[in-house]
Amino acid sequence: MVHLTAEEKSLVSGLWGKVKVDEVGGEALGRLLVVYPWTQRFFDSFGDLSSPNAIMSNPKVKAHGKKVLNSFSDGLKNLDNLKGTFAKLSELHCDQLHVDPENFKLLGNVLVCVLARHFGKEFTPQVQGAFQKVVTGVANALAHKYH
Amino acid sequence: MSLTKAERTIILSMWDKISTQADAIGTEALERLFTSYPQTKTYFPHFDLRPGSVHLRVHGAKVVAALGDAVKSIDNVAGALTKLSELHAYILRVDPVNFKLLSHCLLVTVASHFPADFTADAHTAWDKFLSIVSCVLTEKYR
Repeated sequence: MVHLTAEEKSLVSGLWGKVKVDEVGGEALGRLLVVYPWTQRFFDSFGDLSSPNAIMSNPKVKAHGKKVLNSFSDGLKNLDNLKGTFAKLSELHCDQLHVDPENFKLLGNVLVCVLARHFGKEFTPQVQGAFQKVVTGVANALAHKYH
Repeated sequence: MSLTKAERTIILSMWDKISTQADAIGTEALERLFTSYPQTKTYFPHFDLRPGSVHLRVHGAKVVAALGDAVKSIDNVAGALTKLSELHAYILRVDPVNFKLLSHCLLVTVASHFPADFTADAHTAWDKFLSIVSCVLTEKYR
């Protein structure tokens, strides 16, 4: 269970309201594939991932990033029940996609870097702290149904 | 793991900018570390860790100065940080997991201060560089 104080919840929703979910999703997924190239193992069907530029401008990466972040956005509306919210997706990532849960932590931290880049000073240590709790909670929820 | 020529160039040119705000960046990275990962405070029971404290500012400056030493000897980080490596192994004995946490907070700080420079390539270069520094600092642990 993720435990955010009332203030942290307010910091998270305050910032998230200004996030361009489509763009940030594509950037976060792109950076995951660039910074941690072994994560490309899950995306053989995505076409050209041959260079950072190719990855960051790849339309399939952008589309999938958007999908992922919209899902994350749903999580933010259900911080009190992340395990329930992500139960089906957890089964999918284990049984069909075979994704090592370590990757959820990597993506969570890349997302935090992207938010820092977009929001600058506004992404204070307190805002970061709240988001670190959220990304950890989402990562744990996605790993919860693994067997 | 080692840096490519291109990554070295990125680090060196970004360092020019970072060093103009070195102390502030070090202090902020530590603040982020202690806020996001409160367990890291256990290594500093003797410090006043409130935001803006002298302890935080002095220590933040120290951390970034050491990174600067590593940047100046980017082809031989192990050589540049020998003493620090011994300090961490024999005296400080900070659990290795914490280097990843501080590295992440440094990345976040750099990203927030230099959004235009923090491209995907720069993100990679810095992540690698900080991993190399972390390895050097823990290589004498056992």
